[in-house]
Amino acid sequence: MTETVDLRRGAYHDSVSLMQVSRAVARTPGVDAAQVAMATELNVEVLTGMGFTVPEGAGPNDLVIALRATDDAALAAGLAAVEAALADLRRGSASAGELGSAPDPLTLGAAVRRAGAGLVVVSVPGSHAVTEAFDAIDACASVMLFSDNVSVADEIALKDAAAAADVLVMGPDCGTAVVNGVALGFANVVRRGSVGIVAASGTGAQQVMCLLDAAGVGISHCLGVGGRDLKHEVGGRSTRQALRALAADPATESVIVVSKPPDDGVLAEIEALGSDLGLRVHFAILGEGRPDLTSSTEQFLRSTGHPVPTWPAEGAAPDLGTAAEQGSARDRGAALRGLYCGGTLADEAMIVAGSSLGAIRSNIAHDEDLLLSGDLRAPGHLVIDFGDDGLTRGRAHPMIDPTLRMERIALEAADASCGVLLLDLVLGHGAHPDPAGELAAAIRAARSTAADAGRDLPVVVALVGTDADPQGRADAQRLLAEAGASVFLSNAAATAHAVSLLGSPA
Amino acid sequence: MSIDHEPLRGLLGRDPVVATSGVALFADELRAQAVPVSEVAWKPVGEHSREALATVMADQRRVAANAEALARMTAAEAMLVDVVLARDALGLERGTFLHAGPPITWERASGPLRGALIGAVLFEGLAQTPEEAEAQLAAGAFEWEPCHHRDAVGPMAGVVSPSMWMYELRDEVHGNTSWCSLNEGLGKVLRYGAYGQEVIDRLHWMTDVLGPLLQQSVRATGPFDIRAILAQMLQMGDEGHNRNRAGSLMLLRELLPGLITADGSSSDIAEAVRFSGANEHFFLNLGMPACKLATMAAHGIPGCSVVTTMARNGTDFGIRVSGTGEEWFTGPANTPEGLFLGDYGPEDANPDIGDSAITETGGIGGFAMAAAPAIVKFVGGDVPFALTATQTMYEITEGEHTAYQVPILGFRGTPTGIDVTKVVRTGVLPQINTGMAGRVAGTGQVGAGLVTPPMECFTAALDALAQHAG
Repeated sequence: MTETVDLRRGAYHDSVSLMQVSRAVARTPGVDAAQVAMATELNVEVLTGMGFTVPEGAGPNDLVIALRATDDAALAAGLAAVEAALADLRRGSASAGELGSAPDPLTLGAAVRRAGAGLVVVSVPGSHAVTEAFDAIDACASVMLFSDNVSVADEIALKDAAAAADVLVMGPDCGTAVVNGVALGFANVVRRGSVGIVAASGTGAQQVMCLLDAAGVGISHCLGVGGRDLKHEVGGRSTRQALRALAADPATESVIVVSKPPDDGVLAEIEALGSDLGLRVHFAILGEGRPDLTSSTEQFLRSTGHPVPTWPAEGAAPDLGTAAEQGSARDRGAALRGLYCGGTLADEAMIVAGSSLGAIRSNIAHDEDLLLSGDLRAPGHLVIDFGDDGLTRGRAHPMIDPTLRMERIALEAADASCGVLLLDLVLGHGAHPDPAGELAAAIRAARSTAADAGRDLPVVVALVGTDADPQGRADAQRLLAEAGASVFLSNAAATAHAVSLLGSPA
Repeated sequence: MSIDHEPLRGLLGRDPVVATSGVALFADELRAQAVPVSEVAWKPVGEHSREALATVMADQRRVAANAEALARMTAAEAMLVDVVLARDALGLERGTFLHAGPPITWERASGPLRGALIGAVLFEGLAQTPEEAEAQLAAGAFEWEPCHHRDAVGPMAGVVSPSMWMYELRDEVHGNTSWCSLNEGLGKVLRYGAYGQEVIDRLHWMTDVLGPLLQQSVRATGPFDIRAILAQMLQMGDEGHNRNRAGSLMLLRELLPGLITADGSSSDIAEAVRFSGANEHFFLNLGMPACKLATMAAHGIPGCSVVTTMARNGTDFGIRVSGTGEEWFTGPANTPEGLFLGDYGPEDANPDIGDSAITETGGIGGFAMAAAPAIVKFVGGDVPFALTATQTMYEITEGEHTAYQVPILGFRGTPTGIDVTKVVRTGVLPQINTGMAGRVAGTGQVGAGLVTPPMECFTAALDALAQHAG
């Protein structure tokens, strides 16, 4: 038998409420006697009668918590029950109804606490996003940080705070995540399965999950980590947390890490962590001299015993080629013009095309000599990422608002040096509700502009999506093909096809 | 924090409940997937505060420091242990005065503060006429500094002179002491800037008769738990700033046995009891130092963004913050809006004045308005406003008081511990219930109403927190 008498000065509750607390606590198994009461003269007498010794100086404004239990564990359980019951009292009935209701939560932290949210999506302008993210972390919620323009120092501070609070920062500049089947930001509706994706690249992850879906393989979760997570400075902070969580997740059997080239040291650490966790981690890393995302996905499928399907394509194989592709007598420009919304897809296009075409200028070129600026016009091969930070300041992402790219398609159509238009179109949650209709119209107009000038203008589209997406991939593919484009699920295949269609330099 | 069973607090193991801040599209997409979403009506903070806010939010000490501040504020005791002369308790020398709010010069002092200083000079016998007193004050013959610099608080003008009696309150938990003068009642009183003969006569009676009797009572039957009275009066329709009716009666109940048996003439005792019982703000001068003890306990925590002082001198509104030391952050005091006595109107009101906003700083007053719906008859507004006001204050405070509760909100603790970052982020300013002093020196009280601090106090405090960030 063990007992405790705790005195809390100035903690006032009315007697009826405290009687309910006492009763609730007395029901705890192993608790023989419980009295939670204000230390009024009467109550002190009652407590003394129950065999408790009330501390000297206890007065009617002090709360006495007296418990007797069979052992220490039961006593602890009883005390926990007291805390819970007192917390319930404080929480009370909450609603004041029509008589002056509470305002909606004014801060993200307040919203998290009130809704019991475990996850937040922050998409305020980057300069304000750090404040929002810290607030969410303080409230113990994981953060999908869609916002870009967050400094590396802030990213590291956020991720350290998150690790300390055992929550995850997905981002910054994280466009894609899937948590327990729920799509956050830009994400495709893919089948559920056992493959976990850790994504340092949003559209890259969308490409991989859509290819997996086409191969009949589903995902458990797709956790974004932000494009810089595997760089030296950030050191894989979020990737580590994501891998640990996926290793503990019963739904996940294997993991694909999708990233642009990581820091070698960080990669080695992540690989070591994967083996420590007993987790099969496959890396789909996009970079010069590395397999493209489609090849990486195929390797993953083979290594996990899944057949590799023929990836969906229309108007692609020579026998399916459109009239324009089948080489009419008309002229065709020699320059590849890739106009992308997805940054990773643009990168991949440059890598795939670059191996045969050589130098490609771009607004996201790694080589400064090839960096496009200003009006983004230049002779020769070009790939433009319309989703790059520099083009989204003060403007929605092109997956939401495609205006800039539409204007550029029209410009290219009038440019005699433009040999092939290579485009991406990403479907799924968050994307434009009818992107294919608009794009098909633009393609038709572009081809007709070129034809009027006596030129061929083949158009190739990498269409990333699934039939379960709100926009429906099959419908989108049909619309684009009817407009004269050849359409691929694989961006790498689309790029290779586009390159094959280029005319000879004049 | 250790990882127990499920990493990331079980993020992957359950259906997501999501809160969003920013683009509405993402919330819509989640709703389309039947996911529970709470969308915050985010608005950008002023460009000036953007970086400072991010810096302060990133300060690793902040979360624990603010939690510690709230814990200390709610744990602080407030025992009325003595009634003592200001010259003894505060070391206040002849010709030296204390006043409400942040420091101020005679040139910038408001009418009611000047009036109260004139009255105090007359009361101390340092001048024979108001004109003489004013000339001496203007000439720099005397010195004055904020009550807060001596751990004291004073309502309205808050002027304290060496011969005034002070309640002495003690917080044994944190080892702090604070003081406040005795309340003079309503109407033409020194704290509202009146200095007529009736005001001076009353002050003399308080010094000669009331103070010694109260001292005897407290010494004979005290100490008295002021915090406990505050907790109870909030459940009896008071908010502890502009409504102190239940608190005043409970205090009198505590003091009566000691008063009745005090060494004094029965007529003096009767007058002391009548005076105290007739003054429904009798308790205010105890609630204020009780709140001062709570905020003192929370002061001086590195990295803490909780406000520990809000005070006004009739010209400037000043705040001090736990993590920024003794620095005042000031801005021009607003003029309250509310209800007026007699023929007075808005043009007669002086800007906000008094240390009494220490009550809101401590989690009562305007912050506990929902507990005191009847107060709207005194300060204006309506009952739904009172309920909404308290509930809005939860958005800018660190947490809830454990002892001070609001029955109509299901005994929810009052919103306690104003967080500078939340004020700047939400643009919501602390709600203060206050009395209104006449603009012209010597007028006295003209009404009561509602007021808020100027935002610049908080943006300046945020800048300082950013400079101190670790």
